[in-house]
Amino acid sequence: MKVAVLRFPGTNCEFDTQYAFEKLGHETELIWHEETTLPEGIELVVVPGGFSYGDYLRSGSIARFAPVMKAVKAFAENGGKVLGICNGFQILTEAGMLPGALKRNNNLHFISKHQTLCVVNNDNAFLNKCEKGEVLNIPIAHADGNYYIDEESLAQMEANGQILLRYSDAEGNRTVVNGSVTSIAGVCNETKNVFGLMPHPERAMEVILGSEDGIRMLQGFEA
Amino acid sequence: MKVIVNVFLKEGVLDPQGKAAHHALHSLGFEGVNEVRIGKQIVLDIDASDKAEAEAKVKEMAETLLANTVIEDYTIEIA
Repeated sequence: MKVAVLRFPGTNCEFDTQYAFEKLGHETELIWHEETTLPEGIELVVVPGGFSYGDYLRSGSIARFAPVMKAVKAFAENGGKVLGICNGFQILTEAGMLPGALKRNNNLHFISKHQTLCVVNNDNAFLNKCEKGEVLNIPIAHADGNYYIDEESLAQMEANGQILLRYSDAEGNRTVVNGSVTSIAGVCNETKNVFGLMPHPERAMEVILGSEDGIRMLQGFEA
Repeated sequence: MKVIVNVFLKEGVLDPQGKAAHHALHSLGFEGVNEVRIGKQIVLDIDASDKAEAEAKVKEMAETLLANTVIEDYTIEIA
């Protein structure tokens, strides 16, 4: 699989993301934000984590207007798969490619730790290698991860299987981590080809670094 | 022309920073504070021939970039 990893000024997870996909045997290419096209044969676009444009105004609000994002939007509209991790999730919500928005964490702290997550839906191109109800251990590192969505849209997303992950305890019971509506940690769009999550699966690729649960998450795209 | 855009989280969307400031005011002994909401003020200096043109221009800027209307409301004041 050929994976494009976007790079904005202030992105800092692009190399971890490349490492993760290359460890799984995929070819990766870094794409600078000023590019107006994606290379031929790309099967997945990853918008990695970091602090694009210094998080000025709102996290992701400026990156969404970068030239490369037009190409990413067109790619997604043609059914291409897009994954946004952390700042990438914020960028995709700001771009209107994913529903909802990410607010400042309820406790106003930057939260950086390993966190257990419960898989809510696996009937999609991302989490199909994970079991429904399974608990994964994945690091989180964010200040603006407090997912907001209005009640009506939330009900539609739930009915359509668009809630992917929720913060949970080790038994899979929802826990409050950052104030997200119903503890949501990850979602997808209606057509289930654009995915976003605050946790960092690319940082959970080695047992020696605390967890390799990210492997099964990212392997989902191989199907 | 000077234009001021005030951006606030929508009513009903919890404002964590406002909550924290409210709590701090209470801890400092300030009484009778019912609510604190924290927003942003964006001051623009723009070219426009009249107020209506300025307002129309800034409204488009607010909808496009300055506010995220999923969670935020905004007001426009022409100085």
